[in-house]
Amino acid sequence: MADRRPGKLAYFALAGLALFSGFPLYWSLVVASHDNGILGQVPPPFGLGPNLFANLERAFGTVDFAKALTNSFIVSISITISVVLFSTLAGFSFAKLTFKGRNAMLVMLIATMMVPTQLGIIPLYLLMAKIEWTGTMYAVVAPGLVTAFGVFFMTQFLREAVPSELIEAARVDGCHTLRIFWHVVLPASKPAAAVLGMLTFMTAWNDFFWPLVVLTPEDPTVQTALSTLASGYIQDYSLSLTGTAIATVPLLVVFALLGKYIIGGIMQGAVKS
Amino acid sequence: MMKNLLYRLDVKGSPYLYIVPFFLLFAAFGIFPLAYTAWVSLHEWSLLSETHTFLGLQNYRDLFADEYFWNALRNTAQIWVLSTVPQLLMALVLAHVLNQRLRAPTFWRMTAVLPNITSVAAVAIIFGQIFGKDYGLVNWLLETLGLGRIDWQAGTASSQIAISVMIIWRWTGYNALIYLAAMQAVNKDLYDAASLDGASSFQQLTRITVPAIRPTIIFTVIVSTIGGMQVLAEPLLFGGASVTGGSDRQFQTLSLYLYEVAFSRFDFGYASTAAWAMFGIIVIVAAINYFLTSRLRRS
Repeated sequence: MADRRPGKLAYFALAGLALFSGFPLYWSLVVASHDNGILGQVPPPFGLGPNLFANLERAFGTVDFAKALTNSFIVSISITISVVLFSTLAGFSFAKLTFKGRNAMLVMLIATMMVPTQLGIIPLYLLMAKIEWTGTMYAVVAPGLVTAFGVFFMTQFLREAVPSELIEAARVDGCHTLRIFWHVVLPASKPAAAVLGMLTFMTAWNDFFWPLVVLTPEDPTVQTALSTLASGYIQDYSLSLTGTAIATVPLLVVFALLGKYIIGGIMQGAVKS
Repeated sequence: MMKNLLYRLDVKGSPYLYIVPFFLLFAAFGIFPLAYTAWVSLHEWSLLSETHTFLGLQNYRDLFADEYFWNALRNTAQIWVLSTVPQLLMALVLAHVLNQRLRAPTFWRMTAVLPNITSVAAVAIIFGQIFGKDYGLVNWLLETLGLGRIDWQAGTASSQIAISVMIIWRWTGYNALIYLAAMQAVNKDLYDAASLDGASSFQQLTRITVPAIRPTIIFTVIVSTIGGMQVLAEPLLFGGASVTGGSDRQFQTLSLYLYEVAFSRFDFGYASTAAWAMFGIIVIVAAINYFLTSRLRRS
C-alpha cells in the first residue's frame, strides 16, 4: 500500500504478535531445561534451566528418538521427491498439452482436494493390513506419494511460467515431448518445485493421524513418539516438552533458512486457489 | 513415415503417460479407500472377525440413535465456532497491519506463520502443559490475579476453550498471510481516495478491504470448516492420549470418536458409517456456506 506508513501502534501490535507466536515454543524449552520439581514454584521459572541435556538423555532413553528421527527423515524425503516429480509431470501435461478429457480430469482433481483424507483412513488401514505393510514405513509413505494439491499447484504455475510458443518451437525443431519436459519445463519449474517441496516436507514431517494409526510405538515417527511421551496418567512435563523440542527444532532450522520462500508459497497457493 | 507415426504417437500418447503415475497412485490410496468406506459401512465389520455380515443401513440407523455421536458432533461444532470466529477476525486485522510499508516485512510475516510450522502434536502437548491444572501457566496467572484456578480439562466450556486456543494459535498467522496476498491485489487508489476523504484505518478495512477480498474470506471459511471437522490431535493429546476426550467425553470430537470406534473398539463398519456421516455434514455445511454467500453477493 503505497502511502500508508505504519505508526508506533502497528509495531506495538506486531511485537505483541511476535510474543504470542514465539512464547509457547520458548516455554516448551524452559520446561524442557528444568526438572519437574521446579514447575510447582511460584512464580514459575521463565529462564532456561540446567537440565536440558539430562532431559534429552531421558527422552532418548524413553522412546527411540534416534529411530523416530531417522524414520521421519526417510518418510518426509521420499514423499517430497515423489510429490514434486509426479506433480511436475502431471502439471506439465495439464497445463501445456492437449488431450481428451483434460478438463474433466482437472475438475475431478480439484473436487477431491475438498474431501478430508480422514474419510479413507479405515479402508486404507485394511488395505495395509492385507498387504502386510502395517507397522512399516511403506505404509506411511505410500498414501503420501502424490497429492491433488501438488498437481494443481504445478498446473497453475506452469501455465504462466512456460510460454506455449517455446514448446511449439521445440516441437518444430524435432524435440519429442519428454525432451521438452527435460530441457524446457523442468528448468522453468524450479521455483515452484522448491516451494512445493518445502511445503510437502513440512506437512509430511508434521503428519500425525495416519502414522498414529498405522505404526507401532516400537517403530515410530517423531510425531507418534510424542504421543507415546504424552500418554500415561501422570504427566512428566519436562520429558514430554523435551520431546516437542526435539520434534520442532529440525523444522525451525529449515524455517530460519528458507522461511521467506515458505511464506511465498503459502501466499502463492492462496491467491491461485 | 515411421518418424511421422512416432511423432503422432508422442503427441497423442505422452500427455496420458505423464498423468498416469499420479492417477494410479491417487486411485489406489485416495479414491479407492473413499469408495470402499461406503461398502464397509454397510457391514458388521470387525478386525477381530473374518466374516463380514451385510447389514444394509442398520449402522446408519444406529448412528442416528447414538448419543456419543451427537455429543461428538456438538463438541466439534462448538470448538469450530470458538476457534474459527476469533481466528479469522484476528487474521483480518493482522493482515491489515501487515499490509503497510513496514520495516522488515519478512521478519513480521515469519513470526506470524511460526506457529503453523510447529506440528499439531507438539502444539497440543505444549498447550496441555500451559493449561495444566496444577503447574499450568494460565492457572498461575489466574491465581496471581486473585481469580482462582480452573481445572481446564474437567469442564466442558473450559476444555473446549483450551482446545480452541491451540487451534487459534496455530492458524491465525497462516490465514493472515492468505488475506494479505488477497489484499495486495486490491487497487491502491481506493485507499488513497479514502484517506483524502478522511476515512480511518478501521473504516478502510471494513469498507474497502473486506468487500474486495470476500471470495478469499469465503475460501478460508470453507477450508477451516473442513479443518474444524477433522480436529483430532488436540483433544487426543490434551486428554493424555485417551480416546474418549475427557471423563465425560466433554471434548471428544467427531474424528476422535471415529478413532475410538475404529482403533480402540475395532468396529470398522460402524466407524466407516461415522466417516460417511462426517462427509455428509461437511457437504451440507459447504452448501449452506455457498447459498449464504451467493445471496450476500446478490444483495
